Amino acid sequence: MLTNVSVRNCTALAVTFIAVLAALMLGASPAEATQPQPWEMGFQPPATPIKDYISWFHDILLVIITIITVFVLALLLYTIVRFRAAANPTPSRTTHNTLLEIVWTAVPVLTLVLIAIPSIHLIRISDKAPEPDFTLKVTGHQWYWSYKYPDHGDFEYDSYMVQEADLKPGQTRLLDVDNRVVVPVGATVRVEIAGVDVIHSWFIPSMGVQKYAMPGRLNETWFQIEKPGVYYGQCNQICGVNHGFMPIAVEAVDKPTFDKWAAEAKKRFADGGQAPLSVAEIQALDAPRVAQNVSK
Amino acid sequence: MSASHAAHDSHAHDGHDHHDHTPSGIGRWLYSTNHKDIGTMYLVFSMLAAILGGAFSVYMRMELAHPGMQYMSDGHEWNMIVTAHGLIMVFFVVMPALIGGFGNWFIPMMCGAPDMAFPRMNNISFWLMPPAFLLLLGSAVIGGGAGVGWTIYPPLSAAQYHPGPAMDMAILSLHLAGASSILGAINFITTIFNMRAPGMTMHRMPLFLWAMLLTAFLLVLSLPVLAGAITMLLTDRNFGTHFFDPAGGGDPVLFLHLFWFFGHPEVYIMILPAFGIISHVVSTFSKKPIFGYLGMAYAMTAIGVVGFVVWAHHMYTTGINLNSRIYFTAATMVIAVPTGVKIFSWIATMWGGSIEFRVPMLWAVGFIFLFTVGGVTGVVLANAGMDIALHNTYYVVAHFHYVLSLGAVFGIFCGFYYWWPKMTGREYPELAGKIHFWVTFIGVNMTFFPQHFLGLAGMPRRIPDYPDAFAGWNLVSSYGAYIAFAASMGFLVMTVWVLFNGKKVTQANPWGLPADTLEWTVPSPAPHHTFEETPQIKAAASH
Repeated sequence: MLTNVSVRNCTALAVTFIAVLAALMLGASPAEATQPQPWEMGFQPPATPIKDYISWFHDILLVIITIITVFVLALLLYTIVRFRAAANPTPSRTTHNTLLEIVWTAVPVLTLVLIAIPSIHLIRISDKAPEPDFTLKVTGHQWYWSYKYPDHGDFEYDSYMVQEADLKPGQTRLLDVDNRVVVPVGATVRVEIAGVDVIHSWFIPSMGVQKYAMPGRLNETWFQIEKPGVYYGQCNQICGVNHGFMPIAVEAVDKPTFDKWAAEAKKRFADGGQAPLSVAEIQALDAPRVAQNVSK
Repeated sequence: MSASHAAHDSHAHDGHDHHDHTPSGIGRWLYSTNHKDIGTMYLVFSMLAAILGGAFSVYMRMELAHPGMQYMSDGHEWNMIVTAHGLIMVFFVVMPALIGGFGNWFIPMMCGAPDMAFPRMNNISFWLMPPAFLLLLGSAVIGGGAGVGWTIYPPLSAAQYHPGPAMDMAILSLHLAGASSILGAINFITTIFNMRAPGMTMHRMPLFLWAMLLTAFLLVLSLPVLAGAITMLLTDRNFGTHFFDPAGGGDPVLFLHLFWFFGHPEVYIMILPAFGIISHVVSTFSKKPIFGYLGMAYAMTAIGVVGFVVWAHHMYTTGINLNSRIYFTAATMVIAVPTGVKIFSWIATMWGGSIEFRVPMLWAVGFIFLFTVGGVTGVVLANAGMDIALHNTYYVVAHFHYVLSLGAVFGIFCGFYYWWPKMTGREYPELAGKIHFWVTFIGVNMTFFPQHFLGLAGMPRRIPDYPDAFAGWNLVSSYGAYIAFAASMGFLVMTVWVLFNGKKVTQANPWGLPADTLEWTVPSPAPHHTFEETPQIKAAASH
C-alpha cells in the first residue's frame, strides 16, 4: 500500500518535473520588479542567467518538498483517523516490514540523487565568470560599500545608503544609495569582493549573487544582467550597529551610456572625489546645453 | 550471609521511616547528588531562562512588527538582543531541558540504575550553569554589550570592534556552559555503558537512552572544538595573538570552520533527545512497540556521525572552493535519508495502533509534521547553488526555527507532559494541556511560516529595520509570536498551579497504557531513591 503510493509519487514527481521545466522554458519572466514587493511569497524576478537557474531549480525543489510534506501529512491524518482508539480498539503488534523499510530508504536516496544533478551543475556554473568582460572590485566597510573599476581607469567611489530624510520621490527607504554600481546590460562582470574591517556579505537577491566580504581574503563571483533596470540588495552578514543600513543598488544600462558614465566617473572620482554621480546625470549630459554648462 | 539477611530484614521493617534519607532545606539543592533533584533544577533553570529568551523574541517581533525603528535605540541594541536570544535558547533553554533535565531524570531510571555514575560531578555540571547564565546576562549590561550574533564571528567579535568586557564575558559564559555540558556528557556515557540493568543489552536499550548516548558523544567530541575556538578568540582579544586576524597572518575563516565543526553537531545535540522522547510517546499512546527499533537506533547513529562532516554548509558563501561546496552539498543531503527513516518509522508505529490522543501524543504528532516541514527546507538549503539566494535570509531563520523552535521545543513539551505525573505525582488538566498545544501550534506556525516568504523575497536576518515591502508578512509573524508567547505564559501559570493543586496520582503507570520502560515500574512521584532492587530485563516480545 505504502509502496504503491511512493511509486505513484515518483511518477507524479517526474511529470511535474517536466511540466515545470517546460513552463519555465516557454515563459520568460518580466524584470521590472527588482526590489521586494509587498506580500511577496517567492523569489524576486530573476535578472541574471544564474538567478534564472536558481529560480528554475527552486521551482522543482518546491514541488518535490511539497509532495513529501503533503504525503507525510496525508499519512499522518489517515493514521490519526483510521487508527484512533475508538476506531481500532485492538492494536497490532507489527514492528517490522523489511520491504517497507528498504523502500523508504531507497526512495529518498533516489530523490536526492535526482536533486543532486542540477544542484552540482548550478554550483559549477555559479562559481566563476565564463569569459569576463571586465572586473568590478567590491569592498565592504562599516557601514558602506566601495566600488572600484580597474578596467575603466581604476576609479573608486563609496556608496552610502540614502538617509530617510534625504529620500527623493521614487527612491526606496533602506534600499537606495547615493552612488550606484553601474554596469552595461549583457556584460559579463567578474566581481572581486573583500572586506576591510569585519565580515560583510554582498547580496543582491534578484541577481543570484551573494559572497562574503572577508578581511584578508579576495572572494570571486560573477553576474550578467539581462535587462536594464536597478537591482537592489542589502548587506547580509551581521557587521555591527548599522548592518541593516548598508544597501546595494546595481544599475544596468546600455553600453554607450555606461561608457559615458565610466568616463565621467573617472574624472569625478579622481583624487578621492566623492560627489554622487548618477546615470540620470550622464543622460542629461547628452543634451547639448547642459553639456556646455558642465564643461564651462 | 545470615547477617546480611537480618540486616536486610530490619531495613525492610523500618524502611518507611527513614530509609529514603531525603535531605531537606537549601542543602538538598545546593549539595545535591541526586539525579532527580539535579534534573528538576535543570528543568526549572531552563524554564526561567526560557521566560527571558522568549521575552527577547517578543521584543524583537515588536520591533519588527512595523517598518522603522519602533522601540530599540539603534542597531547595536538589536544585535545584542539577537545574540542573547540565540545563546540563551541554545545553551540555557533547550540543552538544559532536554539533556540536563530529562537526561538526568530518566537515564538512570531507564537504565535501572540507582543514580548517575558520578553524582558529585553531576552536581557541578548543574552548578556551572547559573554562573554561565549570569555572565551572559552581565555581558548585556556591562561594557557595551556583545552584538555579534550567536555565531560570534571575528573580526566583529575582536577587541577592535567589540572593546570592553562584554564580549569576554560572553566567551567565558560559553566556556562554563560548555564545561558543564562536557561533564554531563561524560556522566551520561559512563552511566549508560556501565550501569544498565542485567539483561539490558545495547539492542534492548530504550530509544531515549540511545538518543542520549549519541547526544553525549556529540557533546564530548564537538564542545572541546568550540572551547578551543573561543579560547583562541579570547587570546586574540586580550593577549595579542592573531589566530583570526589577517593583519597578523590569521584568518577569520578558521574561526568559522572551528565554530561550525561544533555548531552543526550542536543542532543534532538539540534534536536527538527530542527524537528519543517522541519515540516513547508515539509508542506508548499507539499501544504498540516502536516500529523498526534497530533502524531507529542506527538512523540516529547515522545522523550523529554524518552530522560531523557537513559543517561547511553554513559557509557556502564565504569563498570555500568549488569541490568543497559540492562535497558539503552531497554530504548534507545524505542526512535527509536517516531523518526520513525516523519520520516514516514513527508513522509506521502509529499505523495499526490504537491511538489515544492525550496531550503528549498531540505534541508528538505536531513534532512529526513540523519537523518534516523544517527538514524539507533543509534539503533546499543543502544545495550550495541554491544557498546563494537564501543564505542568511529569513528562509534560514524559518528553517532552523521549524526544526528547533517547533522541533526541539515541541519535544520538550512532549516529554514534559509525558513524564509530568512521574516527576511530580500530579496530573495536569487535560483540557489546559490541549489548549496549550493548539494555541502554541497556531502561534508558532503563524510566526515562522511567513518567514519563508520573507527569505525568498530576500530579507536578510539580523536587521532591526527592513524595506517597507517586507511589512506585511512581518506583521503576521509578529502576531504569531505574541500568540505563542501567550500560550507559553499560560503554560507556566498552569504548571505552577498544577504543582500544588493538581490531582494526585500514585500508581506506577498513571497513563494506564503499556509503556515498556523502567521509569513506569517505580511509584509516582518517583521516590528519592529509585530502585529498591536491581530490575532484571528479559527479551521482550517487542523487539
